Amino acid sequence: MRAPDVNPSFPPTAPVGKLAVHAKNISLTFETSDGEVQALSGVNLDVAEGDFVSFIGPSGCGKTTLLRVIADLEQPTSGTILINGVSPETARLQRHYGYVFQAPALYPWRTIERNIALPLEIMGIGAVERAKRVKDYIALVNLSGFERKYPWQLSGGMQQRASIARALSFEPALLLMDEPFGALDEIVRDHLNEQLLRLWNQTRKTVVFVTHSIPEAVFLSSKIVVMSPRPGRIIDVIHSDFPRDRTLEIRETPEFLKIAQRVRSGLRSGHSYDE
Amino acid sequence: MSISAISPARPAAIRWHPAVVRSAPVIVIVAAIIVIWYVAAILMNRNIVRDAFERDGTSYTTGELIAGTLKAERPLLPAPHQIVATFADDVFGWPVTSPRSLVYHSWVTLSATFLGFLLGASFGIVLAVLIVHIRSLQKSLLPWIICSQMVPILAVAPIVIVVLGSIGLRGLLPKAIISAYLCFFPVTIGVVKGLNSPDPIQRDLMHTWSATPSQIFWKLRWPSSVPFLFTSLKVSITISLIGAIVAELPTGAQAGIGARLLAGSYYGQTVQIWAALVAGSILAVGLIGLVSLVEKWVGQTMGVRP
Repeated sequence: MRAPDVNPSFPPTAPVGKLAVHAKNISLTFETSDGEVQALSGVNLDVAEGDFVSFIGPSGCGKTTLLRVIADLEQPTSGTILINGVSPETARLQRHYGYVFQAPALYPWRTIERNIALPLEIMGIGAVERAKRVKDYIALVNLSGFERKYPWQLSGGMQQRASIARALSFEPALLLMDEPFGALDEIVRDHLNEQLLRLWNQTRKTVVFVTHSIPEAVFLSSKIVVMSPRPGRIIDVIHSDFPRDRTLEIRETPEFLKIAQRVRSGLRSGHSYDE
Repeated sequence: MSISAISPARPAAIRWHPAVVRSAPVIVIVAAIIVIWYVAAILMNRNIVRDAFERDGTSYTTGELIAGTLKAERPLLPAPHQIVATFADDVFGWPVTSPRSLVYHSWVTLSATFLGFLLGASFGIVLAVLIVHIRSLQKSLLPWIICSQMVPILAVAPIVIVVLGSIGLRGLLPKAIISAYLCFFPVTIGVVKGLNSPDPIQRDLMHTWSATPSQIFWKLRWPSSVPFLFTSLKVSITISLIGAIVAELPTGAQAGIGARLLAGSYYGQTVQIWAALVAGSILAVGLIGLVSLVEKWVGQTMGVRP
């Protein structure tokens, strides 16, 4: 059973500018066996189309929960949220977003190309168009030549690239990423960060990205949302205006360090460093 | 420079062929079992042979006594070579359509096993799918399924045979039904586990793509359950064979390995019982091998890591 729409009086087709995500006063409380846990408290957030927004905060600050609310994987207890002007459920049913999880979660019995084709099969896209898209997106994530391989034959980084291609294959306007590179080593992570930026620049998609790495957030984002734990709140929203085609070298610049400093002090003010 | 040039010289050790190394433990165990078997045969049969000599009033040496224990017509424990000889004669000594041929009896049991396995496995899978998809069935049906396996099959088998016989069903089908009754259970349990095995992320992905329940079943749950299914099928097919043999016992069946076992025990033909037992074991090994072969083939098409 699906929970009823968050706020039925909120017109699902209301045009709210050019906002990919418009969240107003979102709170979410989980019922657990040891009582209620407040995961989100009074979250207000606007994500403009074409933005690269990162949620950063310590574990348990509700950043993943917020992403899951956007994806209609969780229902907020109160507040209103619109994705591209419609409710999260409508957005999900109309396939507005692709979701990349922390683990690649490729289906082990499907080859890479059939994994990428899976959402297309589910959405009823014809075989010819499917083959074309699979080919294009495999090329986009630099996996050409690995079409017929099974997931276990690929490294962790390559698997995660395949899962990004899978999320992009049905061409959603919005890409939701939940610590997609969290399980990878730093060298692979740097490399994939650069590739992701190139991809964002090429496809002009809106990306919402969850991370707990300060350099990753500052390097990737056009907007950094700093969150604090228990209950999850937004402490600071930092705009950064590095060029869209930035490279890893910007991490040595004073501007980069200044933004990283502000993220860190935001985290500190949210008691993220407390024992 | 080669490695041997820098490593210190070692005393030359005997190098066994890898095949020898691999099979040596098995051969040793088999040899030990055969030796123990012969000793046991001599000890267990010696009273029968001694009584026979004394009845005839002939004198005998220890050597003659031991020789007698290994070729008695109705020994308590037949010696391995007697079983092999009888088995070979029962299998190769008669045309396969003759009721004296073990091949004929094996085929009768095998056909009931196959039909029972087919019915049982299909029923088990359908039951598992229902249990996974209809929550109320899990609570209401599962206890009954578990109870069904607690009833001793030897008690149920005659009832099933009599009831089905009274409505005119005889021969293959009642045996297959008893076999199916025994073998559906591991399939149900395994497939329920398999259908629930996809991890939360894989299910969330389906949700984000707004997949329908039938798409989730065919593209995620069913393929995930395949390894569990085959593990269950391997257990299930041997149980299915046991079910078919057990079903032949209370029916007074004229043919089948069960009938052979029963006839052997009526007439004290211990060697015949053992030969039928060997036939049953070979069938079981063959059936598991068959399922493993299909499993391997399916695994290859599903990209299982070798």
